[in-house]
Amino acid sequence: MFSAIWKFIQKFSSPPYFYQISNKMIPWLAVIFLATLVYGLYGALITAPADYQQGDSFRIMYIHVPAAWMSLFIYMVMAVSGAIGLIWRIKLSEVVAICSAPIGAVFTFLALITGSIWGKPMWGTWWVWDARLTAELILLFLYLGILALYSAIEDKRTASRAVAILAIVGVVNIPIIHYSVEWWNTLHQGPTVTKFDKPSIHIDMLIPLLVMAVSFKVYYVMALLMRCKNEILVRESNTKWIKEMVMK
Amino acid sequence: MYQDDYQITANNLLCLRDERILFKDLSFAVQNGQVLLVEGRNGAGKTTLLRILSGLRQADEGDIRWNDEDIRELGFEYYQFVSFLGHHNAIKKDLTARENLEVSIALSAGSEVDIEEALNEVKLTGYEDEPAKKFSAGMSRRLAIAKLLVLDTPLWVLDEPFTSVDVKGIAMIEGFIVKHIEKGGAVIMTSHHAVNIDERYIKRLRLS
Amino acid sequence: MAKTSISTTKAFYVILKRDLVLAVRQPADIVNPLLFFILVSVLFPFAVGSDSKLLVEISTGVVWVAALLASMLSLDSVFKQDYQDGTLEEMILSAHPTSILVLAKVLAHWLMTGLPLLLVSPILAMMLGMPDDGVFILVVTLLLGTPVLSLVGSIGVALTVGLRTGGVILSLLILPLYIPVLIFGSGAVSNGIAGLDISGQLYMLSAFTVMAVFLAPVAIAASLKISLS
Repeated sequence: MFSAIWKFIQKFSSPPYFYQISNKMIPWLAVIFLATLVYGLYGALITAPADYQQGDSFRIMYIHVPAAWMSLFIYMVMAVSGAIGLIWRIKLSEVVAICSAPIGAVFTFLALITGSIWGKPMWGTWWVWDARLTAELILLFLYLGILALYSAIEDKRTASRAVAILAIVGVVNIPIIHYSVEWWNTLHQGPTVTKFDKPSIHIDMLIPLLVMAVSFKVYYVMALLMRCKNEILVRESNTKWIKEMVMK
Repeated sequence: MYQDDYQITANNLLCLRDERILFKDLSFAVQNGQVLLVEGRNGAGKTTLLRILSGLRQADEGDIRWNDEDIRELGFEYYQFVSFLGHHNAIKKDLTARENLEVSIALSAGSEVDIEEALNEVKLTGYEDEPAKKFSAGMSRRLAIAKLLVLDTPLWVLDEPFTSVDVKGIAMIEGFIVKHIEKGGAVIMTSHHAVNIDERYIKRLRLS
Repeated sequence: MAKTSISTTKAFYVILKRDLVLAVRQPADIVNPLLFFILVSVLFPFAVGSDSKLLVEISTGVVWVAALLASMLSLDSVFKQDYQDGTLEEMILSAHPTSILVLAKVLAHWLMTGLPLLLVSPILAMMLGMPDDGVFILVVTLLLGTPVLSLVGSIGVALTVGLRTGGVILSLLILPLYIPVLIFGSGAVSNGIAGLDISGQLYMLSAFTVMAVFLAPVAIAASLKISLS
């Protein structure tokens, strides 16, 4: 059975096969993304009851929290995929890793902006050094470092391997950074109490959140496949299968 | 004398650089007693191939075997069999000739050759305790050659060894190569200059 | 002559000694970061006023940040020369594990850059008015922290050693990794001055040091091989 699974992985990770499958999947993913997005936003803006403390301003949470989840999730995927590409030299893994980086960076940035917007009515300022928000800011630097390093190295294969090491080092540091920043925040606790935790689990509040989380995940897969397709086109531009495909 | 017969085999090497294919399906073998002369235009991939053979770089596809073992699996064990001389001399200008060689020996698996003897052979006697920054380009290159003599590994990978060397120096290096081959060593090299070595030792590999 | 077999330990010491000898023969790389450390610390009173109460409050932060920046500045020299003269390649092609040799290099580098910082820090701290208990804790935290900065920073250097724009992205790469060290290092000093327990922070710093010593050389060696391929 393992050999069957291994054969499937090998087949799937061959660039031409992956390219064809992606082409088929992307339209479906787009549909699912839009459907879940609409449903989620409807729940977020309309069905969910207003928070008793924050009123309607808490609704930005429905973007902020899933975006923050995605920023971490994508970094993990990037690090794991990078590690696989590094150890077993699987081209597709390298491609997935580097194509995830900009998407993850955008989600991180989105989480920061929405976090800031969420906080303004509460704190009166656009930024506060809350533990989670600060950790998210550091995560943004980790992403930017990966993007900067990749673009600074000319040979794409070498760049992928360098970025894989950086991502692995980063992923090991993420729990350390979170713990450190959490500790630092309690040490220097400001007068305002921030409320980035999810509100108490009222089912009408929870469902839109989960739907938005699913929606963002679907978006990630769709955007990832689109980016990977482009990257594969560039990397394999000299191969027969690309030339044949372009001729058709 | 190096203990047993040995062979370096390359199987179906593929190397890409900046999305261009440098070489593809490249296979060859080098045995003790042979000089593999890699030829080709500038940019054909000679240096890249030599770096792959020395273990500095991995081919995108294919493998290299030392006897029957993949050099990637041998890891740093492979390095005890190889000496690499590239564009740089790998010497520290602030160290003396002797200090430089001592460091190189420490980085290797060990040496049976006396440092002073080696410096004598490359005509650097009297400069053992001079800092390398006082050396001319030719002298520095000769010091790098002394390193090869001191480390005395079976395989020498030489990328343009005659750079910065005058006519007498070239003849000297060619002499070392022949001596090395005759006692069972192997050499893989590239050179812009015509190589004046007995044809029966030479195997040519052309990269197009 | 019998073949003398070289042990990895011997190779470690030879590299360590070589780098120390080289640093002594060309001291510019050592002096610059140290000067930077002193200058940054000394500039702050000019920027924020000589109010001693304020200076004391920020003294921990100032010294730690200055040490961190000086450390980042000094990293440039750890592999650059070796990259340019080919000895870095020689190290990778060594019959001994690259990670051990790398550890020797980083240790030599720390002895020449981190250790001087450590020794000068009490003077700067006292100039900023830090109480004596704080100064002692400061030195301990720098002793634990600067090796981590050197080791982790060297990973960034190894990844960027061959790049033209290496220095610019280096800071971006290692900044996130430096923050936990900064947090616990300066946190220990602040807490210590306030008379609170600092064992937790010191344990964390020690944990960082141990982890860095064991894991960073492997990452550095892997990064060097990638940069030189």
